[in-house]
Order: sequence, then C-alpha cells, then structure tokens
Amino acid sequence: MASTHGPDPAGLLTCAGLGKRFGAHAALADLDLTLQAGEFVCLLGPSGCGKSTLLRLIAGFETPSAGTIRLGGADITADPPHRRPVNMMFQSYALFPHMSVAANIAYGLSGLRRAARQARVDELLRLVRLDGFGPRPPDTLSGGQRQRVALARALARSPRVLLLDEPLGALDRALREETQGELRALQRRLGTGFIVVTHDPAEALALADRIGVMDRGRLVQIGDGASLYERPANRFVAGLLGDVNLIPGRVSARDPAGLARLDTALGPLRAGGAAEGEGIIALRPERIALARVPSEDGPDLAGQVVETTFLGDRIRIQVRLADGTVWRVSAPTDADAPAVGETVHLSYPPERAWLMPAEA
Amino acid sequence: MRRLLPVLPALWLAAFVLLPVILTLKISLSTPATAQPPYLPVLDWSAGIEGWGSFLEALDFTNFETLAGDALYRDAALSSLTLAAIATAILALIGTPIALAMARAPERWQPLLVALLIVPFWTSFLIRIYAWIAILKPEGLLSAGLIRLGLISQPLEILNTQGAVLIGLTYAYLPFMVLPLYAVLAKLDPRLPEAAADLGAGPVRVFWSVTLPLARPGLSAGALLCFVPMVGEFIIPDLLGGSDTLMLGRVLWSEFFSNRDWPLASAVAILVLVLVVGPLVLFREDEAAAREAGR
Repeated sequence: MASTHGPDPAGLLTCAGLGKRFGAHAALADLDLTLQAGEFVCLLGPSGCGKSTLLRLIAGFETPSAGTIRLGGADITADPPHRRPVNMMFQSYALFPHMSVAANIAYGLSGLRRAARQARVDELLRLVRLDGFGPRPPDTLSGGQRQRVALARALARSPRVLLLDEPLGALDRALREETQGELRALQRRLGTGFIVVTHDPAEALALADRIGVMDRGRLVQIGDGASLYERPANRFVAGLLGDVNLIPGRVSARDPAGLARLDTALGPLRAGGAAEGEGIIALRPERIALARVPSEDGPDLAGQVVETTFLGDRIRIQVRLADGTVWRVSAPTDADAPAVGETVHLSYPPERAWLMPAEA
Repeated sequence: MRRLLPVLPALWLAAFVLLPVILTLKISLSTPATAQPPYLPVLDWSAGIEGWGSFLEALDFTNFETLAGDALYRDAALSSLTLAAIATAILALIGTPIALAMARAPERWQPLLVALLIVPFWTSFLIRIYAWIAILKPEGLLSAGLIRLGLISQPLEILNTQGAVLIGLTYAYLPFMVLPLYAVLAKLDPRLPEAAADLGAGPVRVFWSVTLPLARPGLSAGALLCFVPMVGEFIIPDLLGGSDTLMLGRVLWSEFFSNRDWPLASAVAILVLVLVVGPLVLFREDEAAAREAGR
C-alpha cells in the first residue's frame, strides 16, 4: 500500500481497516481511505475488485466484517442506510418506474413542507437542465436524461458525500465525455465530496482529484492521476493507466542523484524509485526517444522495427531489442518514422523511468 | 403449423368452456322441473327457422326470478362473496410477507422454498381439508393444545362455523396468492428498495411506497386466482362450515343432487359465473392501468 499523498487523517469520510467477507470470499480486505471535504475521488479497478462493495459499505447496504467508517468524526459503521447523510447514484440509476421524474427527485425530501419541496425539486431540475420534465415518467426519457434525474435525486438531500456507481457507464461515448465535464463542474460548484466507482481509467483521469486503484479487494495505490501514471506502485497500476514497457532486473547500485542502477537482460539500465532487490522498470512509450544513430550518453539500446501503426495523433512503433523483447515506442506523427526492418537506437531519460518492486 | 398454434387453445376453449356454458345457460332458461334431461323446450332441428323461433320463445327467466325472489339464494350469494373477499384479504396479509421473505432468501434456497409451497398439492385436496376437521373439532388438536397451554378452559366451538371456513380457505388457497406475488417480487430490482432507503426512507416507507406498488401486478393476479374459485368453493364450506354456512357452491350441489332441479341449479351456476366476471373485469382494468403507468 503506497500512498503518495499523505491524506489528512481528519478528513470528511474515513474508512479504517475496512473488510468485507462473503462466506469464504474476501471481497474487501484491510482498506484505509480518507475523503477530504469537497474532494473528488475515483475508485478504479476491474470488475470484482471490491470497488462496488466499498461503495455499498459506505452507503450502508452491507455491514463490514471488520473496520470502521466515520463521517465528519462520527462513527456511522452501524447506522442503517436511511440514517446516513450519504447518498448514492446507482448504476443504471434505479429510478422508481411508478413515479414521475418530480416524484423521484422529491422522494428524499419527505421532511420538507409541500411548497419547500416543490421549490427544491424545481431547483434541482434546473440544476440538471431538465426544467419541464417533472411530470414525465422516467421511462419516457433518454439515457442521458435519466442519468441526470438520478443525479438530481441523489443530490436532493444535499448529502455530505455522494457515491456514484459507474455513473456514466450506460451512456454512449460522445455523451460520456460531455457529461464528465458537467459532473466535474457540478462537483466543484457544490463542494460535495464525490466518490465515483469506475472501471474506465480515462474516466478516472478526467474526473478525479485522486484515484484509488483497487485490485482483488485491496486498495493498491491512491494518489493524483499524474503520480499514479508516473510512479505506479506495481505492474497492475502501471498497466491499468496506460501502455507501458516492463523491464525486469535487479538493483545493483544507486547513483548520487538517487537513481537506481539495474542489471537487466539489456545490460545496466537506470530508473527512479526506491525499490530494492528484484524490480521492474516501468517505461511509458512516449518517454522513449528513437534515433538512427546511437545516443552519446547512456546505454546503446539498438533494435529492429517490427511494426508501425498510425494512430492519428501519434505513431506506435514496435522495436525488437537484442534480448528479443519488443518495446512499444510512441512517436509524434510529424516525426520521420522509420520503416519496418530498419535498425533504430532507443534512449530514455532515466528519471522518467520508474522502478517498481517485482512482486505481484 | 405456426398458423395453427393459436387455433389450438381456441378450439380447447370452445369445446371445454364455451360449449358447457352455452348448455348450462340453455338449461338455466328451461322450464323448472325435478326430472332427468331433456328439459323443455327442446329445439326441433327439423322445423328450421320456425323451430328456432318457438324454441327461443319458450325460454324464459323463471329460474332467475326464483333465485331473485328467494332469500336463500340472495344470502348464499352475499355470504359467498363476503367470505371470499375476507379470505382474499387475509391471504394478501399473510401471503405478502411470505412471498417477500421467499424473494429475499438466498438465491440457492429459493427453489426449495417454492417446492415446499407446492408440496401439499401432491396430497388429495379432500384429505387435506378432512385433516382440518381433526384439528378444529372440539376434542381436536387445536382445542387440546390451547387447553394444555392453559389459554382456554372449554373446547373451542370453531368447527362448523364461518371461522372454520375462513381457516380452510386461507390454508387451501395460500399458494395461489404467494406464487404470483413471489414471481413479481423475485424479479424486482433490489436496487429500487435500496435507493428508497438511501433517500431516507425507513423500512415501512420503503415497503409502502416502492415494494408494494411494484408488486401490485402479482398481488392482483393472486387475489384473482384466489377470489374467483373461492366464490364457488364447495368442499371447504361443506366439510368445515356445517349447516350455518351458506355458500353458492353448496346451494349448487344440493339443487343438482338433492333437489334434482337442474334448470334452477344451472341458473345458480350462471349466477356464480356472473359474480366472478366482475372481479375479472376489474383485474383487466387494473392491469391496463398498470401498463399505462409503466409505459
């Protein structure tokens, strides 16, 4: 568990040592997470990694097998869902099909008098740009409109933390990108703490202040997008956030700048990162420079181009190196791309390569 | 073949529903007589149109006038409807929590629970109702048990009352209420009640505002499946109701087999049919309204 940002222990929402077992299966184990007031956190991971279980524990639909959940200092671990100042926007929305849009949004406002409730519903409908849709039944709405009704309904009670389970998962791609921006702007304006669960790394990067990567019931790493991308805790995180070349090796020395020197199949290579012993270098394709002559400093990484792929905004070039491994290099399209079969020389700034421990 | 498929149920219904109803209707409009068939008038097929004319002319509503004029039949109809309505209400009250518990049980348990609900059908209906006599009679299990517990000192006078009929109806028809309710509740998206709880609704409000409205198709189907046959029920009032329980099923039976007045008995049968068509129409309208709302 590497935490690149030391979170303030007195955050808005704190999960400590949280675990959840279903029979013999540990859906969640020893999880610590702190959400600061007004923060937008994305939980990212493949299906079955425990991210939805974590959301359901925070909402109160499941009781944790271990650990505590505190909100604003109060222990809410044992509170039933209807007593938690936390609201959830469900995957595929879970709108009440037998109620109008307005009645759906007003459902959580039963404590208000009729006039105040009506005013709040109108305000929320304006907030999600659905003025005039109040009397409509939800299933006459488009997917994007239903998504906004679900958001308005979840925001109606002004929750201190809003939980969103794959909020954009049911939308098509164009709408999803547009809605990402809206969701981000809305969160900034309201200052509500958001926890979004998603399996889409691009979505997590676009939305979140901090991303928590989950794998097999554990929070592997949490931090802002750049630190996760540049300094992944392990190969799972490295691969999740984008294409990466992985070079196994063994740390043999450290230079005065703190960079590690590794013995690899390609000879000695350098990388940043504190791991010792067996390690893996994570090298992003866009960090690699490609030349027709050997570089003057650093090791000579010569190889043969085996494939080039034009991707519009860049070209991906696959190069087979002396040890037989194939590296992926990402080059700008205006570059003079080498042809297949040509010999090229690769180099990278060692401080831009990241050394991870070899485990898992 | 594919075009023939819808014809098959139609043929079935014509042969085993429509034709018997027409025959019964004809007999109910015949001249009252405690006799064997044929009942007057008889259609003279050889006389053509004229034969039809005189046949139709001779049919009348004498039997229905008898039904309307005699308090016995009115009371039997009223009592049948009342008992069936009360039993349906009790079944809804008992069946809903049972169906809800079944639908919320762990998924691997649910087939077993459904099977347990259906198992009694493997035993004769008649025997199961007879068993209730042994339970409800003054020296039976119920009274003996309550006396043993010290809750009562005298045996209960419950057999041969309407109370016993209600117990029998509730027992016998429970699966018909629970199964359609369960079918609807098991398909209910569990996130809907969760969403309601998330929005601050306690368990009671979640049930009344979300679970129950969404279970309504199952509830009305179950109510219909129970109410309609209960109106015409014969065995339960006959075995458990004693002489003070007047229900249409028993009246029907005694007109057919004691009085042997088939025309009058057929009129009672038609009356039962008309009484249960009412709830059917209501059910159809409820369904249509639900479809409209869920559109």
